[in-house]
Amino acid sequence: MSKIEFPLVTRNLGAIDPESLEAYAAVGGYASLKRALTEMTSEAVLEAVDKSGLRGRGGGGFPTGRKWRFCREAPGEPKFIICNGSEGDPGAFLDRAVMEGDPHAIVEGMAIGAYAIGAGQGFIYVGHEYPLAATRLRQAIAQAKEKGFLGEKILGTPFSFDIQVRRGAGAYVCGEETALINFIQGTIGEPRNRPPYPPQQGLWGQPTIINNVETWANVPVIIDKGAAWFAAIGTKNSKGTKVFSVAGRVKKPGIVEVPMGTPLRQVIFDLGGGIKRDREFKAVLTSGPGGGVLPRQFLDIPVEFESFQAAGANLGSGSMVVMDEGCCMVDVARYFLEFSHDESCGKCTPCREGTKQLLKILTGITQGNGTEEDLALMEELCATMAAASLCGLGQSAVNPVLSTLKYFREEYEAHVRDKKCPALVCRPLLTYTVDPETCTGCLACLRECQVGAITGDVEEPQEIDQELCIKCGMCHAVCKFDAVKVES
Amino acid sequence: MKNDSVSLTIDGKPVQVPAGTSLLLAAKANHIDIPTLCYHPELKPDGRCRLCVVEIGEAPRTRLVNSCTYPAEPGLVVATASEKVMASRRMVMELLLAQAPAAEHLKEMAADMGVYETRFPKGDPAARCILCGQCVRTCREVVGVSAISLVNRTPKKKVATPFAEQSEACIGCGSCVFICPTNTIAYTEADGIRTVWGRKFELQPCSKCGNYIAPKAQLEHWAKLTGDPVESFYTCKDCR
Repeated sequence: MSKIEFPLVTRNLGAIDPESLEAYAAVGGYASLKRALTEMTSEAVLEAVDKSGLRGRGGGGFPTGRKWRFCREAPGEPKFIICNGSEGDPGAFLDRAVMEGDPHAIVEGMAIGAYAIGAGQGFIYVGHEYPLAATRLRQAIAQAKEKGFLGEKILGTPFSFDIQVRRGAGAYVCGEETALINFIQGTIGEPRNRPPYPPQQGLWGQPTIINNVETWANVPVIIDKGAAWFAAIGTKNSKGTKVFSVAGRVKKPGIVEVPMGTPLRQVIFDLGGGIKRDREFKAVLTSGPGGGVLPRQFLDIPVEFESFQAAGANLGSGSMVVMDEGCCMVDVARYFLEFSHDESCGKCTPCREGTKQLLKILTGITQGNGTEEDLALMEELCATMAAASLCGLGQSAVNPVLSTLKYFREEYEAHVRDKKCPALVCRPLLTYTVDPETCTGCLACLRECQVGAITGDVEEPQEIDQELCIKCGMCHAVCKFDAVKVES
Repeated sequence: MKNDSVSLTIDGKPVQVPAGTSLLLAAKANHIDIPTLCYHPELKPDGRCRLCVVEIGEAPRTRLVNSCTYPAEPGLVVATASEKVMASRRMVMELLLAQAPAAEHLKEMAADMGVYETRFPKGDPAARCILCGQCVRTCREVVGVSAISLVNRTPKKKVATPFAEQSEACIGCGSCVFICPTNTIAYTEADGIRTVWGRKFELQPCSKCGNYIAPKAQLEHWAKLTGDPVESFYTCKDCR
């Protein structure tokens, strides 16, 4: 894991025993809850969160205080709060780290939030893929109940609040807040039409707050240090810190937390250690299948909601997948679209049929069957999907496609016009040949070839029959002398 | 009552509708037609097909919403046939045509919008289902038995009985077949036996005229609902 420069959310990760309430209390844990309940009115707590400028870390970036106020002021009792610990996109693992490494921070944050809006019951949704997170959260809840930080009359005050953990069943779309609500209710995990919004009518039709793991983990810090202290960190409209899980072609993949406003370059090159094997940085995809790629010219933009959005990307969930010159951007788009297609719930036509058709087109392009009309059709389809899909999944599934089309159009054109893959990734577009000068005739490739496309005698240069070659790449992989050349 | 009505603008025309009216019905009440596929007046709107999208707001801050679920808001500016709306509807139509090439009703609707062919590769040429979910909602909301449901996600999404087995809950009423806009659901009736969703239902003949009334299972369902003895339903409505 990379060095953590500015820990708020990740303050206790690896530093304390996550299975011990005492360890959490020893570093000041539950002091914020105590302060909120005994020294502050619920309005004052809400005011503090509002003034801190905290914005939702789950992707939308909606001001947390404003969301809480909608819910607090919405008619209807009981009210509910939910922690969204879904985090299913490829390359994101920051919420998992917090849930596994500091579960009490989430419990404390939720208890404070519940006090602020007047909720009596909370739920934590934990993705199917995170069994340890669920175990540790359940354990933390049990410990907190035992010590009187949860349950009836918390810390001797009239405030009562309890939390249940709900394990997902593997659907990515259940990270979408209204699908998540349906899931907890026991109905099909399909998103709902809005309005009404969850703060008005959420779980069982009652006012409901949903925030993600990182947002909840920020709450105790705000109460502890004060709204002004928190608001002093970051930029004009993006306050506090942001946690990223940096993965892909970096030397030091892991979790970093930086103040909002930190240059993107610093996250990737200083904290992430730069590009593996010192190859050229090509792009970074933020926020996974719902995010966009940022090419080199954006390396110096600050990490914050606005600048990312202006660049056509999304701060989103906080995943960063770093790509180097060896990555084909068409293939990257196809990969993430395949994910969105598999995970689309299928409720609305633009997302269901749109991801299906987009994937077909992209797959065709990577196989050398694309046309220039395909590019125009994709752009047209993406526009409808973005505008007319029911939920964020379909609306943002187009981002990897649109952003790669925008910044790496020449790569798409090479695929459709010249049937070439410049990054030498799309196998059907590659040609494998043996360089007779370097080939030693060791026959390693000949033995490996499954279709008998390679011929030649021992210690003589080998030859590849292009008609027979299925472009599996094994000859290239096994050649110790770098004699098998790949071209496109 | 003045307080309970909402004033908004639809296609440049000021209109007034009762609070809580959807944009679709607000438009309809003012003789503006919006095409729909998954909407049915007897069912709760579900916003699935996205054909009924309209553009709300004022340039440059406008967005598409589905009119069947979006409520009329005071002062809202709505365009039901703007360029953006039409482009989206046509695209959705092209997607549906590729999804369900055998759905005749769809082709007629598409032609009305000026869409005669889809640019996307078609799936199964015999496919009709557009996953509008009207059958599922009818079964749940009108019949009240929830025998069928939408299952799986995008790649394999379909309407099915639980575990694709014969449903114990199904009463064989055929409402799903009746409501389906594309005639997708297989249904046969012969020799006093109705077959639907893979299950055979024995039909009850009228005690007077002998014509078949309905499946026995359906009459039993009625008996349970009303508390009357099931035999009281053994006379058809013509003979009653």
